[in-house]
Amino acid sequence: MPELLLELFSEEIPARHQRRAAENLKKLVTDGLVERGLLYEGAKAYATPRRLTLNVAGLAAASAPTKTERKGPRTDAPEQAIAGFLRAAGLSSVEEATVQSDPKKGDFYVAVTEKPGERTTDVIAEIMPQIVEKFPWPKSMRWGSGRLNWIRPLRAITATFATDGDEVETIDFEIDGLKSGNITYGHRFMAPEAIKAKRFDDYSSSLEKAKVVLDLDRRMEIIRSDADNLAFAQGLDVIADKGLLEEAAGLVEWPVVMMGSFDEKFLSLPEEVVTTAIRSHQKCFCLRTQSDGKLANRFLLISNLEAPDGGATIVAGNERVIHARLSDAKFFYDTDLNTPLEDRLPKLENMVFHEKLGTQSQRVERLVQLADELAPQVGANATDAARAAKLAKADLVTDMVFEFPELQGLMGNYYALAQGEKPEIASAIFNHYKPSGPSDDVPTEAVSIAVALADKLDVLTGFWAIDEKPTGSKDPFALRRAALGVIRISLENQLDLNLQQIVSNHMARIASVDETIVADLMSFFEDRLVVQMRDSGLAHDILDAVLGNGGLAKGFTLPSIVTRAKKLAALTESEAGESLVAGYRRAVNILKAEEKKDGKTFADPVDNGAFSQDEEAQLFSAIKVVNESVAANIASEDFDAAMQDLASLRTPVDAFFENVLVNDDDPNARVNRLNLLARLRDTMHLIADFSKLKG
Amino acid sequence: MSDSNIPRHMDPKNSFQGLILTLQNFWAEKGCVILQPYDMEMGAGTFHPATTLRSLGPKPWRAAYVQPCRRPTDGRYGENPNRLGHYYQFQVILKPSPENLQELYLESLYAIGIDPKVHDLRFVEDDWESPTLGAWGLGWECWCDGMEVSQFTYFQQVAGFECAPVSGELTYGLERIACYLQNVDSIMELNFNGREGDEKISYEDVFLQAEQEFSRYNFEHANTDMLFQHFKDAEEECKAILAAGDTGNQHQMAMPAYEQCIKASHAFNLLDARGVISVTERQSYILRVRELAKACGGAWLKTESGGA
Repeated sequence: MPELLLELFSEEIPARHQRRAAENLKKLVTDGLVERGLLYEGAKAYATPRRLTLNVAGLAAASAPTKTERKGPRTDAPEQAIAGFLRAAGLSSVEEATVQSDPKKGDFYVAVTEKPGERTTDVIAEIMPQIVEKFPWPKSMRWGSGRLNWIRPLRAITATFATDGDEVETIDFEIDGLKSGNITYGHRFMAPEAIKAKRFDDYSSSLEKAKVVLDLDRRMEIIRSDADNLAFAQGLDVIADKGLLEEAAGLVEWPVVMMGSFDEKFLSLPEEVVTTAIRSHQKCFCLRTQSDGKLANRFLLISNLEAPDGGATIVAGNERVIHARLSDAKFFYDTDLNTPLEDRLPKLENMVFHEKLGTQSQRVERLVQLADELAPQVGANATDAARAAKLAKADLVTDMVFEFPELQGLMGNYYALAQGEKPEIASAIFNHYKPSGPSDDVPTEAVSIAVALADKLDVLTGFWAIDEKPTGSKDPFALRRAALGVIRISLENQLDLNLQQIVSNHMARIASVDETIVADLMSFFEDRLVVQMRDSGLAHDILDAVLGNGGLAKGFTLPSIVTRAKKLAALTESEAGESLVAGYRRAVNILKAEEKKDGKTFADPVDNGAFSQDEEAQLFSAIKVVNESVAANIASEDFDAAMQDLASLRTPVDAFFENVLVNDDDPNARVNRLNLLARLRDTMHLIADFSKLKG
Repeated sequence: MSDSNIPRHMDPKNSFQGLILTLQNFWAEKGCVILQPYDMEMGAGTFHPATTLRSLGPKPWRAAYVQPCRRPTDGRYGENPNRLGHYYQFQVILKPSPENLQELYLESLYAIGIDPKVHDLRFVEDDWESPTLGAWGLGWECWCDGMEVSQFTYFQQVAGFECAPVSGELTYGLERIACYLQNVDSIMELNFNGREGDEKISYEDVFLQAEQEFSRYNFEHANTDMLFQHFKDAEEECKAILAAGDTGNQHQMAMPAYEQCIKASHAFNLLDARGVISVTERQSYILRVRELAKACGGAWLKTESGGA
């Protein structure tokens, strides 16, 4: 079958954009083909630092001709209508239209437009300029005197169409002065010569000979397995890092893995300092000794070159850079240790946290107050929590964190330990940023919990107070993450915190307290809770039902909301529960219909004396018992018992609907029964708003 | 590879000045005007009007020059092996950026003794932005065996104006490259003149005392009240010149105005090193310099060299 080969050859594409770009190219081209009636069997896209390649296989050489019919007005329609039809159909006279007869409608005009099939090469030549010009790069640029935008200068375009046999046609088009062709180039340094592109197979094997591995996943796999082998031979393990692996593979066309070493004296630095310097700054892999799991004074670098000296120069160069980086780090570490964290605090006065929320120093003051207030509620020593909060941000003004911002918190932990702080205070400095994402751990030590909660609640309260809430996809201050952090910390540690009250108290430290803002923040927490719980399998309607009868703004705590929701979920899944919910719906539907009919709501007391059937009396007495019991059980947070109470209503409810006709001819009996159903609804609402449950 | 005929003391492998001269010769051969450093204090070679102003407007331009860079906050009293408050950049600006700019750059590395067959040369993503100049561009950090040796940028905007045509800017970190070529760990150890024995003059001989003295001055003694006044004066003078030189369609004093913008920027850098500018104020000072830069860019576009 015929196949298409496209290559967009450019100056170096940033590693982090390559995979997405290849996928976008595939989607845009194949969508364009399908839109023009060209089907294909398979498409695969590839990316290297210098090229995006697309191969579409099993592609027809031309699209089938199409015939479209457009119905027009009757032949005896007014002239104006006919003229309008001709114009719309692109016909010059009525003779070009055909006439069709319909037994009911009579004779009417039809415009038949036949479109011949299009050659695939023509379609490609037509759609490519648009695709390239409008390519969705996150950030693109111009170069020279051109007007085209691309991620980096686009230097060559290869476009070939191979039909059966050996025939390969170059598809001609031009984009901002750049003509397509069939010439590409090999590795920048090892094989820069021109390569004539034919079919994809031939193209990719020519590239491979020219030291280019086209497939990003394969480059990753080469790096991974070569790295493992090199490490294994030395009794070492590679510290796996998928992000780094993809980045490294995106920086080379021909990966060559080599091992270098650094002075053992740097192993006295905190491990994370060494690995950060080597990984994030030099994009090299770190290693551990297999025997004891300790960091080894070795690293793996991924070069783009097979050098005649076996890479000795490259390794030596990388070793020098890493030596310099680690020397810097050691210098920072040693100097940082000379200044106690507390003495650094005045410098935070110069760091603005947010224009409307003051300096870091002011923020630290608030954190100290809030952590102190939270401590007893989370089982922490208040003095320790306040101390940890006070020192939590001090490492932001150390040399090490200035140079390696990703080490914030961690360095504070080390420096605190070095100056003799209690271990729980030191680890709270590290842990207070946690959880930093959905997969990050949640702090479990009491002091850490107090400071971590304080950190997040201060941010949330602050940004709510100045009305800088997240909107749509915009969340520049990561407030959703902060809210999720509070939720996870509370749930995983089963903390019964009255968030409404805590936030309300804390807002007084930032601005004047506005209860509507507090309530709005509470419902933000609830929204995040629903999202979070949905991921862990608790349906949102269950949570909505529970929140519908009382959420954070009413002083309920996160764990109690979740517990109630889980119990409710269990109840609704049980046979008794299903039947009860069905009874509830029936009651509510009847009430709705009758309220509409009568134009009033039914909320009067139930009249014991108006009962004429046993089932009425039985249901009423059951409701009275359950009503009291549920209220008491909710108050004591005994949700199991509360659910059992509800479940006990099932039998009388079923019996009632089976034997009692609500809309009795006697108006008094009818109204009394409706009042009874209203009572049933209200009783069930003590536990949850059952109307929020999905049918 | 560096010409084997050149004397030992001129070889970039042995001589800091040899490195500079080799780059100058290389880019002279490629048609650049070789300028001398601008005679004002500035934080980066980009501030030189040969880059900032000339990158604006439609006229083609090719220049290369060394620019001493003064970054008071980076001073370390000469004690840090890799960090100085005063150092050199070698700057190349080509407008419009030629199609083979990457190849030219690699050729220049070859000229100073970095053979791409032996060294691992890489173009690693770098988005460049200068908030004070209202400028941004895309390009790369150029790595040689894991070390950043240059910055390579396609200017998209300068002084708030879109660059059309686009200039390609290359900035070589001379001291760092020289350390690599000369195989020394500290900038101060660099052989400056390429001579040996009694004739040898090192980077330390030339600059250590200056580093120490300027660190002392910049961090401890610079008169901040006076510097605040300098900033204000430069800002006012800049605006005054801009107003006086504007004849409507033309501007007659874009360059003197821009010099005042450079002055304001340097006063700000000195104040920053003294730690007397808080983060919020910092932002507003940067904005004030940017406003000057933008106005100067606008004025330049109304001059002959700016294409008016």
